[in-house]
Amino acid sequence: MTTTKETQDDDAVGAGRDAPHAGTPAAGALKAPAARRRRDLRDHPEWVLVPGVFVLVVLAWEYLVPALGVDEYVLPRPTRIVDALGTQLTDALFWTHMKVTLLESVYGFAVGVAAALVLGTAISQIRLVEKTLMPYIVAFQTVPKVALAPLFVVWFGFGMTSKVVMAAVISFFPMLVNVVEGLRSADADRVQMLTVFGASKFDVFRRVRLPSALPFIFAGLDIGIVFAILGAVVGEFIGAKEGLGYLLLQTNYNFDIAGMFAVLVVLSVLGLIAHFIIRQARKRFAFWAEDNTVIGA
Amino acid sequence: MKSLGRRPGVAAAPDVDENHWIEIDGLHKIYRPRKSEPTHALSDIELNVRRGEFISVVGPSGCGKTTLLKILAGLIPKSEGTVRVAGRDVHGPLPEVGMVFQAATLLPWRTILQNVMVPVEVQRLDRSVYRERAAALLHMVGLDGFAEKYPDELSGGMQQRAGICRALVHDPAVLLMDEPFGALDAMTREYMNVELLRIWRESGKTVVLVTHSIPEAVFLSDRVVVLTPRPGRIAEVIDIDLERPRDLSVMASDRAGVHVERIRTHFNAHGVID
Ligand SMILES: Nc1ncnc2c1ncn2[C@@H]1O[C@H](COP(=O)(O)OP(=O)(O)O)[C@@H](O)[C@H]1O
Ligand SMILES: [Mg+2]
Repeated sequence: MTTTKETQDDDAVGAGRDAPHAGTPAAGALKAPAARRRRDLRDHPEWVLVPGVFVLVVLAWEYLVPALGVDEYVLPRPTRIVDALGTQLTDALFWTHMKVTLLESVYGFAVGVAAALVLGTAISQIRLVEKTLMPYIVAFQTVPKVALAPLFVVWFGFGMTSKVVMAAVISFFPMLVNVVEGLRSADADRVQMLTVFGASKFDVFRRVRLPSALPFIFAGLDIGIVFAILGAVVGEFIGAKEGLGYLLLQTNYNFDIAGMFAVLVVLSVLGLIAHFIIRQARKRFAFWAEDNTVIGA
Repeated sequence: MKSLGRRPGVAAAPDVDENHWIEIDGLHKIYRPRKSEPTHALSDIELNVRRGEFISVVGPSGCGKTTLLKILAGLIPKSEGTVRVAGRDVHGPLPEVGMVFQAATLLPWRTILQNVMVPVEVQRLDRSVYRERAAALLHMVGLDGFAEKYPDELSGGMQQRAGICRALVHDPAVLLMDEPFGALDAMTREYMNVELLRIWRESGKTVVLVTHSIPEAVFLSDRVVVLTPRPGRIAEVIDIDLERPRDLSVMASDRAGVHVERIRTHFNAHGVID
């Protein structure tokens, strides 16, 4: 609550924080644009290297695959995949599949995250809860969660519910670990500082522990959203009538490998967009933190 | 400059002996960690601090200076003895007490002004009233233009000054300071010493300052408490009879030199210089 309020006022400073980048073009405004561009590139070789590698790989793929005599049905050329992608994207049915998978992922993610927030808070703040639940959580964490998908389909049917459950379960754990670690990460000196000034336990929680946990929580969200998509697609593999996972299987049965690649491209783009949204939220709400607090699952 | 006057609505407990504003009697502290040997940190401390007095505590590293302040602040329990501040037994943090920490311990997600306002928020005081006071304090320590900045945009010295404003914002009667200037360069440190004297003179607060600088203790204090190595006992309490108001030039005087030497003798006797 406080956090939202506090961060609300940060707009100006948030912008100021990017000043080194934002400031570069402004500072170089007097110089020729070409010179400025050259300097930017010298500072960021990755701006050339990353797309360069992509172009190289795609070109090699495009021309090497036929040259080496690889069957076009097994490994279609990139141009074929783009064609297939075009066909898909102009098909209304495809968008239905995408919407289904998106909804399953987002619902599952929301449920998993909410559960992890509640349980993580309880575990980190209440000894007895931690002592009681931790053995179960550790035990359950070692279960390969995707292996539960057939069970969920039996229990919750071929519709969306089983996929939502799958997405929730699979995104829950990385989130939980990060919430617990994050809420424990608060600096003891800061806690003591607040205590001296008369803060209650709850004050300490919302003014120090929760903000300290934010970078961890965003790390959990980042992993969790990708896991949620994975969960939904795996659920669809097991038993579904719609969704991108279902479409992937269909293209597979039809030996439409280019179509499979097209779906894979769409899934990757979805994951990237989700990742990007969470990174932006992190920049906004955990602006003070270094970008490296990530705990995997 | 805006008035930094007394906080509205907070009266001292009625019948407090002004000479026993802080009262420490037979104080012992033994840390008993679960997984290691107990540590006798403080032994039989007896000290009375007048209202408005400036006391410094010096002593070798690990002799229990921080422990003493934390007990006064109500952060950790004592093992034995009496500890009273402003006529109240200390069992937990008291609103009459402000504390400045060795590291500034600002919250990086809050602006400097929001950091200074922390005591006001947690004590549920009227923010609109105290925001002005916070601004006046920031002005006093030369941080006018930095109220809306974030801590990592300030130097260590500036952060420490913000930490001092935070300790003063709720106008506590007692100010506890644990090596607050240890991280500052010599110039900033002298400047902060002079500022601290001014704040103290204008506000009439009772100050207990832990420092490892003997000249700093002499320059600032009415009395300097010298502790022995662990377990910390009071080796001597030295009256600093230098005229007030003081400026840095008093440190060149013979009397100041005598006090500095006297305190140093204690350290040399134990073979430890902190
Ligand atoms: N929480 C603690 N648990 C156990 N021992 C402690 C604790 N805090 C301090 N001590 C011990 O008590 C002694 C005094 O510590 P402290 O008050 O920090 O000394 P100073 O501030 O004078 O350097 C030291 O020997 C220290 O190791
Ligand atoms: Mg100390």
